Amino acid sequence: MDTLASLADGFAVALTWQNLMLALIGCFLGTIIGALPGLGPSNGVAILIPLAFTLGLPATPALILLTSVYYGAMYGGRISSILLNIPGDEPALMTTLDGHPMAKAGKAGEALAISGLASFIGAFFATWGLVFLAPQLVKVALLFGPAEYFALFVLAFATLGGIASRNQAKAALAAVIGLGIATIGVDGQTGVPRFSFGEVHLYDGIDFLVAIVGLFALSEVFIFLEHRAGSGADDKAVKVGRIVPPWKMVRETLPAMGRSTIFGFIAGVLPGAGASLGSFISYTFEKRISDRKGTFGKGDPRGVAAPEAGNNSAAGGALVPMLALGVPGSGTTAVLLAMLLALNITPGPLLFQQNPDVVWGLIAALFIGNIMLLAMNLPLVSLFVRVLLIPTRYLMPAVAMISFVGIYGISGSTFDLVVMVIFGVMGWVLRKLDVPLVPIILGVLLGDQMEKNLRRAMTIHDGDWTMLFNSWLAIGLWAFAIVGFVLPLIVGRYFRPKIADEAIAEGSDPD
Amino acid sequence: MSDRIFGVFGFLLAVFYIWQATQIELSFISDPFGPKAFPFMIGTVLAISSAIIVLKPDTEPEWPTFARLFEIGMATAVMIAYALFLKDYGFVACTAVAASYLSWRLGSNPVSAIIAGVLIAVGIYVIFHLVLGLSLARGPWGF
Repeated sequence: MDTLASLADGFAVALTWQNLMLALIGCFLGTIIGALPGLGPSNGVAILIPLAFTLGLPATPALILLTSVYYGAMYGGRISSILLNIPGDEPALMTTLDGHPMAKAGKAGEALAISGLASFIGAFFATWGLVFLAPQLVKVALLFGPAEYFALFVLAFATLGGIASRNQAKAALAAVIGLGIATIGVDGQTGVPRFSFGEVHLYDGIDFLVAIVGLFALSEVFIFLEHRAGSGADDKAVKVGRIVPPWKMVRETLPAMGRSTIFGFIAGVLPGAGASLGSFISYTFEKRISDRKGTFGKGDPRGVAAPEAGNNSAAGGALVPMLALGVPGSGTTAVLLAMLLALNITPGPLLFQQNPDVVWGLIAALFIGNIMLLAMNLPLVSLFVRVLLIPTRYLMPAVAMISFVGIYGISGSTFDLVVMVIFGVMGWVLRKLDVPLVPIILGVLLGDQMEKNLRRAMTIHDGDWTMLFNSWLAIGLWAFAIVGFVLPLIVGRYFRPKIADEAIAEGSDPD
Repeated sequence: MSDRIFGVFGFLLAVFYIWQATQIELSFISDPFGPKAFPFMIGTVLAISSAIIVLKPDTEPEWPTFARLFEIGMATAVMIAYALFLKDYGFVACTAVAASYLSWRLGSNPVSAIIAGVLIAVGIYVIFHLVLGLSLARGPWGF
C-alpha cells in the first residue's frame, strides 16, 4: 500500500492552483498541437521544452505542463484523422480507417465523442498500470550495476532498430550517428577534448535540445516547403453534428476499448515500440475478433475506439521504462527524457527514492490532465476543429520562428541556431532516405550515460571485457537485445505496422 | 542509387571519425578504457552498417525536382542568415523578414505573407518577451 500512499502525496503536490492552471494550459495547447497537421506529440513537446526551461519553472510544474501537452497531443491527433482523413500524427493513422468514413456518413460528432472516450479509458487505465508497474521495475533496476546498464542501453537501441524500423542497417546507422554526436566535446572522465576541431563552442558538446528541435521541428518545415502543402484544409471542413454518442454505441464499443487498452499498454511498455505500434496492434486485433459483418474500414465505431484506446494506453505504458529505467522506448518519450535531463533530473530507480515528489506529482498530474482532457474534448471539440482551418502557409513559419526563440532563449548563442538549422536540413535528408530519426535522438541523449557505464564497468574490473557478461541479469539483457534485433529479420515483419511502409511515413511524426 | 551514395558517405564518415579518434590526446589521468575506445566502437558499427546499406540499398526515394531543392536551399540560407543577423538587427525585424519569406514560399501572396510575417514577429515578441519575460535579441531600435 506504499504505492497508494505515495500517490496520495503526489496529489498533494499536483493539486495547487498553479499546477492545475499549468495542467489546463498544457492540455489545451497539447490538443491544439495534436490536431494541427504536421505537429504531433514529439515535435510539439520538442518546441515547448526550451520555452518551459527558459521560463524558469521549477521541475515539477514544468513536468506537469509538458506531460499535459504530451497527453493532450495524443488526444488531439484524432481530430484531423476523423474530419480530414489526415492523421495529425502517426499514432492517429489507424483512426483514419474507420473515423473518416464515419465522418463522411454524417457521424463526425459521434466518432469524435467515441474516440475521446476511448482515449480517456486507454490513458486512465494505463496510468494505473504505470502506478503499479513502475515501482516493481524500480526494484529490479536497483540490482543493476554499470555492466547491466550498458547492456540495457544496447537493448534499447537493438529493439528500437529491430521492431520499430523498416531497415535494421539504417536504424543502427542512425543510432551510432547519435552516439557519435554525443561524444563531441570534453570527455567527462579524463578532461580531454574530443572531435571539437579547436572550436570553442564545441567544447561543451552539442546541446541535445538543439538536435531535437532541429531534427523534429525544423525538418517538418522543410518537408512542407518541398511539397508546398498549399492552403491545407480550406473547404473540406465537415459538419460535426451531435457530439453526444447514443448509449448503445458506447456500450458496443466498451469491450473493444478494454481489450485495446491492455494491448496498447503492453506495446507501450516494451522498449522500441511506441504509441504507433500500440494503435496498430489494437486495431488489427479488434478487427480479427469482432469484425463479423465486414464493417471495419467502413465506419465501424469499434474501429475508432480500438486504435484510440490503444495509442493513449501505449503513451502511458511508454512512461514506465522511461521513468523507472531512464530508457525511453519511443520518439515522444525520448523527447520527455530530454525534458527531464534539461531540468537536471536523471530518471531511473534513484529518482523514485530521491525525488518521490517529482515522480508522484507527475503521475497525479497525468490523472488530473486526463479528466481535464475528457471534459475539454467532448464539449469544446468544435473549437479545436476550427484550429484545423489555419493554413500551413501561416502555421509553419510560426513553428520555425518559435523553435528559434526557444533555442536562443536557452543559450543566447547564435552558433546554436546555425547548428539547429544544420540539424533541420540533415533531418530532412535522412527522412527522404528513410533513416529513422528516433535512434539519433536516443543516441544523443544516452551516449554520455552509455559510455560512462561502460567505462565504469571496465574500471571496476580492470579492463576485463568478459565482465560485461558477468551476471545472469546482464546475460539476459544481452540475449533479449540480440533476439529483439535479429528476430524481426528472420520471422519477416509481422510485428511491424505494414501501413507505415507507405509513403505517408515520410512526412509524419516519428512516433 | 541514393542509398549507395549515402552508404559510401557513411563509410567515409566512419573512416574520418576513427581517424579523428586516434588523434585524441591522452591526459595524465586515465581509466583502463580511455577516451578513445568508445569512439572506436561507434566508428566500427558506423562502417559496418554503411557497408550493408551499400550492398543492400532500399528502393529509390522520390527526390523533389531541382526547383524544389533550390527552394529548400534558399530557405536554409535564409535561416542561417537569420541566425547571423539576429544580434545586429534585433529579434522583431529579423523574425518579420524570415517569417514573411517562409510564408511567401509556402504559398501566400506577397502582401499577406508580409502581414503574416509582421504579425508572427510581433505576436511572439509580445507573448514571450513582454508577457513571459524571455530575453530575446535586442536590436539597434531597442526591440
